[in-house]
Amino acid sequence: MSDTILVVVEQREGKLNRVSWETLTAGQALAAETGWTLEAAVAGSGVANFANEVAAKKVAKVHAIESPRLEPYTPDAFSSALKQFIELKQPKLVLMPHTYQVRDFVPKLATAMGRTAISDCIGYKKEGGKLLFTRQMFQGKLAADVSFTCDAPWFVTFQNGAFRGDKAEAGASPAPVETVNVQIADGVIRNKPQEVFKEAKQAVDLTQAEIIISVGRGIKEQKNIELAKQLAEALGGELAASRPICDSGWLPMDRQIGSSGQTVAPKLYLALGISGAIQHIVGMKGSRTIIAINKDSEAPIFEIADFAVVGNLFDIVPPLIEEVKKAKAGG
Amino acid sequence: MKILVCMKQVPQKDAPLKLNESGAWIREDVSYEVNEPDAFALEEALRQKEKHGGEVVVITSGPPRAQQVLREALAKGADRAIHLEDNAFVGLDALNTARAFAAAIKDETFDLIFTGLQSDDYGYAQTGVVLAELLGWPHATIIMQIEKNDAGIRVKRELEAGYFQFVEMPLPAVLTIQSGINKLRYATLIGIKQAKNKPLRKVAMAEVQSAVSANLQKIERLYVPQKTKNTEFLEGSAGEVARKLVDKLRNEVRVL
Repeated sequence: MSDTILVVVEQREGKLNRVSWETLTAGQALAAETGWTLEAAVAGSGVANFANEVAAKKVAKVHAIESPRLEPYTPDAFSSALKQFIELKQPKLVLMPHTYQVRDFVPKLATAMGRTAISDCIGYKKEGGKLLFTRQMFQGKLAADVSFTCDAPWFVTFQNGAFRGDKAEAGASPAPVETVNVQIADGVIRNKPQEVFKEAKQAVDLTQAEIIISVGRGIKEQKNIELAKQLAEALGGELAASRPICDSGWLPMDRQIGSSGQTVAPKLYLALGISGAIQHIVGMKGSRTIIAINKDSEAPIFEIADFAVVGNLFDIVPPLIEEVKKAKAGG
Repeated sequence: MKILVCMKQVPQKDAPLKLNESGAWIREDVSYEVNEPDAFALEEALRQKEKHGGEVVVITSGPPRAQQVLREALAKGADRAIHLEDNAFVGLDALNTARAFAAAIKDETFDLIFTGLQSDDYGYAQTGVVLAELLGWPHATIIMQIEKNDAGIRVKRELEAGYFQFVEMPLPAVLTIQSGINKLRYATLIGIKQAKNKPLRKVAMAEVQSAVSANLQKIERLYVPQKTKNTEFLEGSAGEVARKLVDKLRNEVRVL
């Protein structure tokens, strides 16, 4: 029997998480590279429709891992169910998207199986028969190629945006779907999750903005936000921020960009004093044009910027506002 | 409530990082600071203690320099500290770090263990959850609020894209704390003075060695990431840069 790559797609609140397609693309690429068989799985209660959706892609088989105790999500139930399934199927490699749900249970699952997870990867390499997984370190300033030094199964999670979900190949014909009923014993689930909710209604929908001026720690003080606001007004854009700015209460939470805030892809994203931590980058890297102004020439934001200015934003923004106003006035 | 807070010393955010000779780690001659989410975890533990009484214990692993993190925590109000002191702890993977912590606290009884949701250096986001599994405790991640109730605790989890969820859970439990859950306090002068007399237990690698195995994953190499974009750097005086930017905004980005 050939080795297997298992992609565990994520369903949440009755929806297949889009980032699952990215992981499937990664799985297809890895399968092509290694010659291993690609299978997929989805866990939950009544997940046959998701399994069928995934079966349309180029995979050898899709498993619907079923138990009424998988709904609502708990780390105890998911870890228990996937452990049973993985022990049964013995895949070599288990791939999942690095979502808030996956990072909640994968370390537990890997530990329960005496294994480890290489988390939040952005790619892979095959070198001399060895698989290496690339992940960002030190907030994206450096990258590391990481290998497994233990026996399979190997758990890997991929960062949102690491692969193109729309590149997931369709299959010639639907893959077979198999239902696997797992038993989750009484007392396994200790957490009682309540309804998922949204804090207040989102006052600002930044996803619709064409121009976003975003501020980070480099803005230094709350009163300096005004400067960014003036630039936003001059350009006719929306003001946004990285997480620390919202944590400090300098701008409301609904203006936060990143994994815990909004994900945007405007025509122009102008980052002022934003270093570019991974959690921020995932929320804006799809922007058509990224301009970054930062005094630290090694700031990771420059890795993804189209135009970069290494310098003090307090020197550059005031003349920039004037030049923008002049240009708008037809100068 | 008796709360253990796992804390980590990491390179300062704007520290210039250089690779060491092995090419698999950084040169250690940089400035360090406390991992930011861990500072919020400590603050939350101190607030819980102020509400419900009990004790706050802080733990870290790393070379002697890492003691600074514990000293700062004691100055802010933690009651005592545990330092797994050895340079070898720096290279442990999440599983082995959690195993070492579990071994170091085996004679203690905590109600809660807090960690930051992830570290700013490795960024595994795993150690807290792994520790929970090793101890056989329930856990919840990315926590923005904690209330004690008769049955245990009720916590607010942050989910993606502005969604949240309350979870009821029994004690003891492990929680990973999100930055911004509270407002950080500063250490007072009297706190700094008192910290000098607070107990700090050192644990040598030899004492936890039997709990630790060879790493299950290995950093083969560390490097500056290849740029995926062709970034154009604009240079000159502030005025020149402003004019160049406006030229780009008009002719290339086409938003003016």
